[in-house]
Formats: sequence, C-alpha cells, structure tokens
Amino acid sequence: MFAALYRWLDERLHLDGLIAPLRHKTVPTHRLSYWYFFGGITLFLFIVQVLTGILLLLYYRPSANEAFESVQYIMTRVQFGWLIRSIHSWSANLMIFTAFVHMFSVLFLKAYRKPREMTWVSGVLLLFLVMGFGFSGYLLPWNKLAFFATTVGTQMAGQVPIIGQPMMVFLRGGPQVTGATLTRFFGFHVAVLPGLVVVLIAIHLFLVQRQGMSVPPKVEAAWTANPSLRREMRFFPNFLLRELMAWYVAIGTLGALAALFPWNLGVKAEPFASAPAGIKPEWYFLFMYQTLKLIPSKVWIVDGEVLGILGCSLAGLFWLLLPFFESDKPARTRTWITGLGVFALVYMIVMSVYGYVAK
Amino acid sequence: MLQNKRCQFAAARFAVLTGLVALAPCLGYGQAVNSCLDCHSAMPAPLGVTQDKFSQDIHAQKGLTCTSCHGGDSSSYDPTVAMGSKAGFKGKIDRRQIPDLCGSCHSNPNLMRQYDPSLRTDQLAEYHTSVHGKRLVTGDTKVAVCIDCHSVHDIRPPSDPRSTVNPVNVATTCSRCHADANYMKQYGIPTDQFAKYNTSVHHDALAVRGDLSAPTCTTCHGNHGAVPPGVDKVQNVCANCHVFQAQMYAKSTHSKVFQEEGLPGCVVCHSNHGIHMPSDAMLSTGPGGVCMRCHAPGDHCDRARASILDNLTQLDGTIKQADDALRLAESSGMEVSEARLSQDQARDALTKARVTIHSFQAALVDQDIQVGMKIAAANLKAGKDAMIERNHRRIGLGLCLVAIAIMLVGLWLYIRKLES
Repeated sequence: MFAALYRWLDERLHLDGLIAPLRHKTVPTHRLSYWYFFGGITLFLFIVQVLTGILLLLYYRPSANEAFESVQYIMTRVQFGWLIRSIHSWSANLMIFTAFVHMFSVLFLKAYRKPREMTWVSGVLLLFLVMGFGFSGYLLPWNKLAFFATTVGTQMAGQVPIIGQPMMVFLRGGPQVTGATLTRFFGFHVAVLPGLVVVLIAIHLFLVQRQGMSVPPKVEAAWTANPSLRREMRFFPNFLLRELMAWYVAIGTLGALAALFPWNLGVKAEPFASAPAGIKPEWYFLFMYQTLKLIPSKVWIVDGEVLGILGCSLAGLFWLLLPFFESDKPARTRTWITGLGVFALVYMIVMSVYGYVAK
Repeated sequence: MLQNKRCQFAAARFAVLTGLVALAPCLGYGQAVNSCLDCHSAMPAPLGVTQDKFSQDIHAQKGLTCTSCHGGDSSSYDPTVAMGSKAGFKGKIDRRQIPDLCGSCHSNPNLMRQYDPSLRTDQLAEYHTSVHGKRLVTGDTKVAVCIDCHSVHDIRPPSDPRSTVNPVNVATTCSRCHADANYMKQYGIPTDQFAKYNTSVHHDALAVRGDLSAPTCTTCHGNHGAVPPGVDKVQNVCANCHVFQAQMYAKSTHSKVFQEEGLPGCVVCHSNHGIHMPSDAMLSTGPGGVCMRCHAPGDHCDRARASILDNLTQLDGTIKQADDALRLAESSGMEVSEARLSQDQARDALTKARVTIHSFQAALVDQDIQVGMKIAAANLKAGKDAMIERNHRRIGLGLCLVAIAIMLVGLWLYIRKLES
C-alpha cells in the first residue's frame, strides 16, 4: 500500500529526484562519530518544543491575572495537560543542554574551521536564541520565582552603558516587571524567537547539507595518509535510522522525567511581596550570575556590575567570532582555541556548581 | 620684619581662640547650671541621682528640671539658698502627695497638650477610683503611687522598651509588690498571679512571640484605675479581645446560670492569670476536661459535650489526614495547590466551630463542623486521587518505555540487517 502511495506521489512530485541527493549523501564514520548525533537531538527537542508549545497555547492565557491560573488549569484539569507542560519544560532544559554539548563537541572536534565558519556563527546565534527562549518562557507561568528572576535578569540588562536603560524598559514594557512584561515576553516566546530560530535553523541545516559533516583533523590526516582507512555510511537510511534511535531515547528520557518529576508550578507571583531569599536564575544562566556576584562593586573607577555585563557581552561576541581568530598556522591557533574551550567548559561547570551551592 | 611679627601674633591669637571655643562645651561653659545634680550625683542611694540617669528621663528631655517637682533654686551652689524655703524647696515628696504632684501637670489638658496632644489627662481621676488610690487616702502608704510603677528620675515613655510600664515589662513591675508574699501579707490576696501569668498563653503571646497587643496585668485590671474586674464583669474584660466568644456566651444558658450562681464567667473554665491555650481536651472527661466539674455523667449536657468533642476530633483528624495526603502528593510532584489552599478554609471552619462552643449548643457547633468536614473530605479525596493518578502515570511510563525499548531493538536489528 505504501509502495502504491509512493508511486502515486512520485508520478506527480518526482520524489525520486528529491530523495536522490539524500541517498548519495554520506556521513564519515570514525571513533568520534557519535558526537554528530547531538545536533539532530537538539533539532528533535526543538520540534518537541514547537508541538507541545502549540498544545499549551490552546489553554494558556498571557495576562498577569490569568497566566498562573491557566497553567494550573493545564496541570490539573486538562487531559494530559500535566504531561504536555512537563515535557515542554523538561525538553526546553534538555534542548539547551544538548545545544551546549553540540557546541563544545564542534569546538573540540575542530568542526568550526574553514570552510564552516558560518555554520559555527549560525549555531552560536541559535544557542543565544535558545537561551532567550528559556529566559522568556520562564516568566510565562507567572510564579514567584520566575517574577523575581525576571526582575533581576532585566535589571542586569539595564546595566549596559547607554543602551541599557532603554533596553530594560523595552524588555519590561515599562520601568517595572508587570503584566505588560508578561505579554511582551509571551510575544517574544511564541512569535519573534520562533521566527528567528526557524530562519537560522534553515541556514544552519543548509550549510551542514551543503558542506557535509566535518572530520576531525587527526582523523582526516590519517585518512589522507592511508585512504583505505576511510569509512563512510549513507545518510539515508543508515545514519537517519541511528538518529531515530537517539530520538527514541530522547523521548523516553523526556517521558520518564515528566512522569517522575512533573515540572513544579510554584506559588503565584505577587509583585508587591518581598523577593524570596536565595533567588537564582535557571541553571544555564548560573555561571554568568555567579561571575557577576563575585565581581566587586567597584573595580578601580568602573562599576563592577557594568564591568561584568560588558565582560560577558564581549566574551559572547568573541565566542561567536571564534573561527575567525584562526591564523594561517592552524596547528598553533587550534591549540590555544582548544585550551580556551577547555577553560570555558571548566569555568562554566565550576561557576554553575558554585552558584548552585552558594547562598 | 615688624609686619611679619604682627602676622605671627594674629595667627597665634586666632589659634588660641579657636581652641577655647572648641573646648568650651567640654569644659561645661554655655550650659545651664544645675547645682542639684552636681551634689546629688556624688551621693549614695536613695539621694543619689546622676546626670546620666536624669538625662534618660522624658521630663528632662522636655526641659523640666529638679526644681519642677522639688522646688528650690538649682542655680545656686549655696545649700541654704538652693534648698531654702525662700526658693520654695519641698525636699523629699511625701508618698501621699505624689499623685497630686504628678497630677498638677498631667491632669492639666492645656499644659499637656503642648507636649503631646494625644496624652490622656484623666490618670489622677482614675487613680482615685483604684484600690491603690482609695487605700492611699486612708493612709496606707504601702500601696502603689505613680513612681512605683513609672520609676523616678529616669521615667521613660511607655513606648520605650526599657520603660517599666512598657507592655512587656508591666507584669514584672506589678509583681514587685504583688508577688511579694511578705509585702502583701496584710491584704490577704494571693501572690501567685505573676507565676501563673508566666505560664499563660497571654504571656507566651506577649513575651515570647512579641505581640504587644497581647494582654498583660493592666489590660484586664486597668492601669491607673486598677481594680479586680469583679465576678460579674469578667466576661466584659475578656470580650474586649474575644468578641465572638463573648457574644455567644452572653446568649447561652451558661451565662444566665453563672450569673445566678455568682460564678465568674470565662474564669470558670479558663481560669484567670494562668490561662493556657484552650484545647479540645477541655471537653473531655480526662484530666484537662472542665465540663464534668459541674455536669453529671450521662446527663443531656454530657451527651452534647461528647457529641461536640467527637465532631471536633473527627474534623481535626480529617484535616490532618488531608494534609498528609496532599503533602505526599506534592512531594511526588503532583499539582495539588488548589486543595492545599482550600485546607485553610477547613481549618477556618474548625476554628469557627471551636468559637461556637461558647454558645453551648451542639447543633450550632455541628453546622460549622459540617462545613469543614465537606471541604476537608474533598481535599483528602484530592490527595488520594493525586496519588492514584501518580501511579497511573508511572504505569503508563513503564508501558511507553517498554514500547520504546522494543522500537530501539527493532531499529538496531533492522540497521544490522541493512548493513550486513
């Protein structure tokens, strides 16, 4: 029956012509090939986000008076609402985690090097946007922790010299975090960010398809020296079936997390209440938050917080343009870039753990 | 040369003058002379009054001096002048004169208004109606006069936590006389009030929890017009705070019977100075029970008591069960915040039922109990349902994981077949 349906579609759409490049596309096979799967897993989790997000939209109400109650309604009254919301929250966190893993795997396998600089740039931009998804989505249930985390987060944005204050007012929809901020963040979360992310994913995937998978320099050198060592597998169906297995593992993990640890709703936000003690941002912002906390209030004549925000912004910009710092002597540059990557990874882990345990 | 010397001299003169001006306050220049304190600060008690002590006194802070009460001339260092009759020196004020002396200002609304328009000026009039005031008139100088409670020469406003009449310190101040068995011997009244009060729920609220609105001695007995409330007035005193209980009690059969029998209302069940936190055990027939002190076992009232106690125990138990069930569900990640919130309504109903006990009508109490039971039972069900739902989720998860595992194995076998 499927063969007949395929034939019927092929006669009209010439599917063979579309699938042929996929049939010819190959993926290098070596001892580090499994790192290739993380990009696909991140994409899969994004698709899960879109689908569960659309389902949540059926009941969610983006206003300060109704947001918390509508999420509460989803969690308690809507059939499988708890599952959809928990999967949405867990997959958001897993997506950010796999995006980080994918980025560091690309860095350590040197996959950012020429000619894939644009793939790296689009990928880092995607990571920033995904963190923006996390920041904007965190406020949407309008609970106490989210309210104060957003207050602190937008306040930090306000520390940027010159454009900080207007940017903070723009993000908040006024001088304070109010219902206007919620409506605004909802707009960013379901319209602006998805639009940008879809465009960037399209560019990122196009570049990956166009340039093929990168092979680590050492493996490439070995293959050049001895071409008989070269191993490849077909993208379709061999690699895709393996990717499908990874997706099944991801959905199983998501289901287990959602069923065993349903995402907590917390207590409804009270704008006039005092901030709870020990308030912290989500784990993926924790290393930046802890860094800002450790910087003294005054460094020489510069305000410590301003210095921290500027430092983080410059570090982000440097990270975005990392491939362009490669010189004509790649062996030397790659060593310090790898060293920098190791330092960044260790720094992020240590500061995140420190931020988690610190009071 | 000469000009240089002139400049040097001018500079030296300026430096000396500046130094003297700076030192003047330290040396005491520019301050009003108070010969009273200069001498009395060097004397032992009871005549000793230091500058440091008197400066703490609200009167000193408002500009009054020793002579305002004692007369005399504080500007003279000659004792015959400073404490001479010409200067109107009164010396030590006789205890019997103290209330009138304080009242000469404190009962004058026109005078007191300029210091604090909200201050009362009826203290002296009230004092004359008090047991203390009445006995003082008869010549009993052991009774309390103003300075015994407010202290002397370091009188602080009642709002000052260090004041002897600050709500937190009032009981201790009263106890200085009323807990002294020897001192109180001639009056034939108990001296265990302070010890009992220290074990009471009121003391706990005031001293431990820091609730300054909680009652202390003066709240029930009055302060300047302190008298025992009297048997028939006790419920009026308690009603100042326990409004609903008093309203229900006033309509109850107990109110009428207690009045007829000359029993002191609330005190019959709750006692007076040593009032403990009321509990449902007061309705029991056990050690904490109070009903059976008057009622006979098996009579109509005993049956009503048993019914009320059963219902209260049942509601209290159901609320606790619901709390436990909801806590367990919440710790399992289930969303039960609505039920947790409505538990407060069940607790409110229980509190209301405990208040309604003062109507001594089982049917009225039962109405409140039923409201609470309905809510608590629904919340208990919500907690249990949440746990059933949690188990369903886990079974569903298990089935899904099995299906996923089968798919993974199938895919792996298919890949192997494809690549073989």
